[in-house]
Amino acid sequence: MTASPILEVSGVSLAFGGVRALNDVSFTVPEGAITAVIGPNGAGKTSLFNTISGFYRPQSGSIRFAGESLDGVRAPQRAARGLARTFQNIALFRGMTVLDNIKLGRHAHMRTGVLDALFYWGRAQKEELELRAEIEERIIDFLEIQHIRNASVGTLSYGLQKRVELARALAMRPRILMLDEPVAGMNREETEDMARFILDVKEEWGVTILMVEHDMGMVMDISDHVVVLNFGQVIASGTPREVQGNDAVVAAYLGSGDVGAIARRIKAEAA
Amino acid sequence: MRIGTLKTSYAADEALFDTPTQRLLLGLLALGAIAFPFVASPYWLFLACLCAINVASATGLNLLTGYTGLVSLGQAAFMSVGAYTVAVLEIRLGTPFFINLLVGAGLAAMIGILVGIPSLKVKGLYLAIATIAASVILHFLFAHWSLTGESRGLSMPPARLFGLTLDQPFSLYWLIMPVTCLMVLGAANLLRTRIGRAFIAIRDRDISAEVLGIPLLRYKLTSFAISSFYAGLAGGLWAYFFRVVTPESFPLVNSIFYLAAIIVGGMGTILGGILGAVFMTLVPELLKFVANWATPIYPDALAALAPVRTIVFGGLIVGFLIFEPRGLAEIWRRLRRFFHLWPFRT
Amino acid sequence: MDTLFLAEVTLAGLGAGALYALTGVAFVLIYKATRVVNLAIGEILMLGGYAFLGFAAGLGLSPWLALPLAIAAGGALGWLVERALIRPMLGESPISVFMVTIGLGSILAGVVQLGWGADPLRLPEFMPSTPVFIGEAYLAPKVAIGFVAAAVVIGLFLALFRFSRGGVALKATAADQGAAYSVGIDVPRVFSVAWILACATAAGAGVLIGAIGGISPTMGVFGLSVLVVVIIGGLDSIAGALVGGLLIGLVEALAGAFLGGEFKLVVTFALLLVLLMVRPYGLFGTHEIERL
Ligand SMILES: Nc1ncnc2c1ncn2[C@@H]1O[C@H](COP(=O)(O)OP(=O)(O)OP(=O)(O)O)[C@@H](O)[C@H]1O
Ligand SMILES: [Mg+2]
Repeated sequence: MTASPILEVSGVSLAFGGVRALNDVSFTVPEGAITAVIGPNGAGKTSLFNTISGFYRPQSGSIRFAGESLDGVRAPQRAARGLARTFQNIALFRGMTVLDNIKLGRHAHMRTGVLDALFYWGRAQKEELELRAEIEERIIDFLEIQHIRNASVGTLSYGLQKRVELARALAMRPRILMLDEPVAGMNREETEDMARFILDVKEEWGVTILMVEHDMGMVMDISDHVVVLNFGQVIASGTPREVQGNDAVVAAYLGSGDVGAIARRIKAEAA
Repeated sequence: MRIGTLKTSYAADEALFDTPTQRLLLGLLALGAIAFPFVASPYWLFLACLCAINVASATGLNLLTGYTGLVSLGQAAFMSVGAYTVAVLEIRLGTPFFINLLVGAGLAAMIGILVGIPSLKVKGLYLAIATIAASVILHFLFAHWSLTGESRGLSMPPARLFGLTLDQPFSLYWLIMPVTCLMVLGAANLLRTRIGRAFIAIRDRDISAEVLGIPLLRYKLTSFAISSFYAGLAGGLWAYFFRVVTPESFPLVNSIFYLAAIIVGGMGTILGGILGAVFMTLVPELLKFVANWATPIYPDALAALAPVRTIVFGGLIVGFLIFEPRGLAEIWRRLRRFFHLWPFRT
Repeated sequence: MDTLFLAEVTLAGLGAGALYALTGVAFVLIYKATRVVNLAIGEILMLGGYAFLGFAAGLGLSPWLALPLAIAAGGALGWLVERALIRPMLGESPISVFMVTIGLGSILAGVVQLGWGADPLRLPEFMPSTPVFIGEAYLAPKVAIGFVAAAVVIGLFLALFRFSRGGVALKATAADQGAAYSVGIDVPRVFSVAWILACATAAGAGVLIGAIGGISPTMGVFGLSVLVVVIIGGLDSIAGALVGGLLIGLVEALAGAFLGGEFKLVVTFALLLVLLMVRPYGLFGTHEIERL
């Protein structure tokens, strides 16, 4: 991949009291590709996402997105610029239907003000109906969730909830889509569906993807580029094949005691 | 029995009242509301106006507490801002009532924003206490300011419209009821736009909402502003209705009343705000009725009325929270379901 | 400025502040153990005063017997409330539980008014009435006794928290209910005991306050000042309740003496607002960290 980077993380460090969650982390995310961030539990992957989203402020380092610095840009503005994401612990809004959860994703791109909204005339109505049509045609059909659009999110299975979260992120008009463990806790079939959706988003929507995932099979299958994090530091990066052969990576997984099975699979797949 | 409805466009699907039955019901309700003043006695008209004022205020609080998840014990204080403004404008300037109402509501909204600023830093109970603090300060201000008549308060002339004087429940009904209906409709509209969704998102998971593009402070303050705008408008109507505004007109217990109304009615549903406010307004009247009726048998019944009201008020809050936390709106939903499926059992 | 007057006002303020602190400690005890903000604390305190009146004047018992009985009645009420109203609300949002206590306060106020009428009443005299002088400053004897009693009870509480098994259980429960449960602490019992102790304490405070200023069904507004005290101190801090109580007692006394009685409440609440902006979780309260 030689495309220019859409996201550049340089020298980011983040500490919680004594815990150094991120330590001088630098990497780039090429545009239009799938980049995976892997690493044992507690390596700092979610903290990295939260820092990119603007929820945590790093003690040092800087992040550039689409050629502009994100320093001092607050989380909602980052979302408005096209940083969309899903969460490791599903963060759907239980008081809303699936459809409203998805619509919420578009918030930053809408213009309806309080007065428009109170009267629901002109702009407010037009905007709502356009959004509805777009969501129906581009997102709901695409993710095959027509049957649950009016369901309350609390009643859905885990796999479907993850899919609704993806739908909401897609409604955010992403330039980069950050997925925190998109297939965690899913069965084989659901995982395959999700992998297919992610590939389709990349290909059909032309959206850059940055994802954290523990499922090595999937990471190796679909990503173009892998960054390995351990104890808050980048210990390797490159194509899936390069990373698989890297001794430090294997050691990190073994050393952490983080499911030896994963390490074995890395080796098996490298072979 | 009704079976699924077929919808042909997104616009139809997004409508507030999306089934023919609902529209029919609504039409009947509107006809009833128009016919009501011609058949009801002044006492019932008085109660209807009072219910409408309380519905307006409770709906505002519901937007803030039920939908945005910010608890306020200041709704009555915001009403007092509207009421005093209307009274002062009416007495000093004699401006038309709709201008007075809007100015009062606008002022209340501004004070609401001011009171909401601590929500930048504090949440939940700490915020509720900040709203109590604001109420205490406003009460003090009104009780000591010569413009607001100090502790005596203000008596004001009635509203006038095209040479008509609105000083009877019959004429006031035509002011209060339409305004309340518009306010409720406005709230329902608000909730189907991005603003309503932002409120609910803040209530359900504020920090995720922020990462998804919702500026928290801005929407929390918007919610405060709208909610206190509603309160101010309701307070203005209240002033025209009673025409005497004193510092004791809007005690803290009234703020609790509105909170109780949305709890009993069902937080976070428009219907809940309406049902709760009407119910909580009528219960004391019902008790009065019972006391009158019981007096021949139990002569002290009327004397016991005040404490019994207090007990019933508390009992309703506790009872609903423990046994029916989703309120009257949920009971209504169950009833409706039952009749839709009737005669088949679920 | 007249220093003697200032000294007397200060003493009276500290005297009232000690009772705020005592009730504040009761409030914090419930909050620490059960995370419930008990807005009915003012009404429970009021009920203590009326129970005392009932035992002493109604049943004609000696005040020295009526006092422990009133305290016991407060404890019994605490037990009942926790069982009947608080436990069913376990897991509900804090705001719902807080509203339950508001409802409870309303019920208690109504019951008292139904039983004893709406007019203020005086409690039978039972405390010595020899004037107390500190230096030259005069201090009403009842206020002095109230101060000493509050200090003793708070001291007992502090010792209990620090040195008893129950205190450890309370601390563990306050820190993490789930973890406390899993190491074998009987969390429901901690809840129950906290409510009993706190309501008994509040009832005792009610007798002291009633002895000083009389009792009435609107006495529950005392709870509002206590709320200010604990918010200023920090909801989960005993030390905060002490400092906050004395501070608010003092501020109210000074505001009452130099500005006028009607300024008391507004000054304390204005102070509260300022403090909330500067220190959102009170002087000593802990701020819970949020994660995404
Ligand atoms: N808000 C916080 N406060 C304190 N420590 C935190 C916070 N968030 C994360 N940490 C710590 O930072 C480290 C990195 O956590 P993080 O959640 O980023 O790991 P992760 O790589 O996402 O792990 P997993 O694979 O289990 O999701 C951990 O030690 C964690 O305990
Ligand atoms: Mg993680």
